[in-house]
Amino acid sequence: MQQKAGGEEVRAGYFGPYGGRYVPETLIHALEELEEAYERYRTDPEFVEELDSLSRDFVGRPTPLMFAARLTRAWGGANVWFKREDLAHTGAHKINNALGQILLADRMGKRRIIAETGAGQHGVATATVAAMYGKECVVYMGEKDTVRQRLNVVRMELLGAKVAPVGSGSKTLKDAVNEAIRDWVTNVEDTHYIIGSVVGPAPYPRIVRDFQAVIGREIEVQSRERFGSDPDAIVACVGAGSNAIGAFYPFIGRENVRLIGVEAGGRGLASGEHGASLAEGRLGVLHGAKSYVLQTGDGQVREAHSVSAGLDYPATGPEHAYLKDEGLAEYVSATDEEALAAFELCSRAEGIIPALETAHAIHYAEKVAKELGPGKNLVVNLSGRGDKDVEEAAKALAERDGR
Amino acid sequence: MDGSGKIREAFRKGRTALIPYLTAGFPTLEGAREVGEAYVEAGADIVEIGVPFSDPLADGPVIQGTTARAIEEGANLDYCLDLARGLSSRVPVVFLIYYNVIFARGVGRFLEEAADAGVAGLVVPDLPVDEFGDFGRLAAERGVAVCPLAAPTSTDERLEKIGRVATGFVYCVSVAGVTGERERLPEGALALLRRVKAKSGGAPVALGFGISSAEAAAEAASEADGVIIGSRLMRLVEEGGARVAGEWLRGVREALAPERAGAGD
Repeated sequence: MQQKAGGEEVRAGYFGPYGGRYVPETLIHALEELEEAYERYRTDPEFVEELDSLSRDFVGRPTPLMFAARLTRAWGGANVWFKREDLAHTGAHKINNALGQILLADRMGKRRIIAETGAGQHGVATATVAAMYGKECVVYMGEKDTVRQRLNVVRMELLGAKVAPVGSGSKTLKDAVNEAIRDWVTNVEDTHYIIGSVVGPAPYPRIVRDFQAVIGREIEVQSRERFGSDPDAIVACVGAGSNAIGAFYPFIGRENVRLIGVEAGGRGLASGEHGASLAEGRLGVLHGAKSYVLQTGDGQVREAHSVSAGLDYPATGPEHAYLKDEGLAEYVSATDEEALAAFELCSRAEGIIPALETAHAIHYAEKVAKELGPGKNLVVNLSGRGDKDVEEAAKALAERDGR
Repeated sequence: MDGSGKIREAFRKGRTALIPYLTAGFPTLEGAREVGEAYVEAGADIVEIGVPFSDPLADGPVIQGTTARAIEEGANLDYCLDLARGLSSRVPVVFLIYYNVIFARGVGRFLEEAADAGVAGLVVPDLPVDEFGDFGRLAAERGVAVCPLAAPTSTDERLEKIGRVATGFVYCVSVAGVTGERERLPEGALALLRRVKAKSGGAPVALGFGISSAEAAAEAASEADGVIIGSRLMRLVEEGGARVAGEWLRGVREALAPERAGAGD
């Protein structure tokens, strides 16, 4: 099965051997309906205009490409640029996808919206757009995450969403997805499920990627404006992988641009407690798609671990699996400790408190900047801001420093 | 006799086939064997064994709870195959199994082991017909039947496709939703059964998801070739053990006993 370098699907719903639609029969009709709606509206001038104007006026796009002068100097390597998705409304790239999908849901006549969330950023983004469009909204969130991301729970509730804590399984993102799918199976007639990343059954990975690709398109234009060429490398964190695929997408297959995804190394890959499914997972089927999955020999899905609630997901989007296999992107990992150090460093050096997810990318960016050397240009996708993480980070830092 | 033959036979008794479900390894590894025995004694025509999976997204809270417990008890695939082997000489056994468990074992190897353990058929809730690929053919080669799901949201076109691949029975989902007890037979279930049967290409049609009383089972029997009962039984096992579940099942058996003209062919 060949696929051209731009990542377009040849066999519908698949990226090479990854992807597909492994869901209960009840949902097939809804997925077909979504696919049809997307095909119809993605080029519809009115739809595009509505998405563009809201992206500009509501989300605040384009987000800046900022020169990170102090990190560039500190690391002594390539010029470091931050793509400031943390400045998008609600504080992360998640809003790009939520906005695109609410427009689709509205046109499909769905009155009710459901979503899953790990760190809460996707939940907040979904609650936000649901409020704007006057839809009922339920967000599933692992019990563990409702505690570690309390601030975002409050935000979602303020926005009028109902947060449904999920107490089954690992009580984190994986189980929130299961529960959202169960809700969707039950209420499929009037409900649209806004999946938060490039995972799930087809056509979601493609739809979410397309809505996030605005990041990469802006990087392309802004790079030309600011330094007159494509970046030499783009670094982004990868949990399920939507901010990374969004930043990478326009550059896939361009040999002059290294694309580097940073997974959650947790307590180290050797410890088994991490979220690095591309590095340590095996091909499997989870949440409707075939991809790399952290699992036991018997096919039971393992719990992922990360200091960042947004990265502890035991699988990765199928397109990333494909990019890895084809050598079109590189995938590495950063540990909890490394991410925490980068979290502190970025806050102090640049005056930006990044999300803990993003801090994984920042950690690895140092290495890449040094490899590339002075005069080259490196873009780090600053996927989200760290307000939600300050309590967790403070706790972890205090523990690290023995306070 | 291959799996298809065993399943057809089970439906050819002139009455609605009774298909109780059990989660392998629940309440314990040994306890699940007792549940299987109790089902056979109560007159089960087919026993559906749920292979525990960490992320059973088609299942409601009761069965989710039992599968989580079973995994803790150590119910792995080898155990499930062994459980099937113990029952399959007395009653046809069907596995309810999520695709990743099959995939992790290797499709070919899994089918071989399943056939060897006497597993007659497979229900794979997250493998819709579009994703079958070679699966149906490989299963047929090993003599294991496939029992695809049909849902209230399935179009006629899809029901035809489902009917074409069904070498066991068609598992008709009574309502858009997950497994779980429901007070009565969902409205529209009988009409759905008629639709599914018209397109099943002669494969028997069993109704599942939410059948939790003898009355509902009897009502379903006016159209269904078989009824599948899961959550209610698992709750009974949890509360009272295998014997209580078996006794309750016997009551359902009695409610379904009257011969029905033309059943099963």
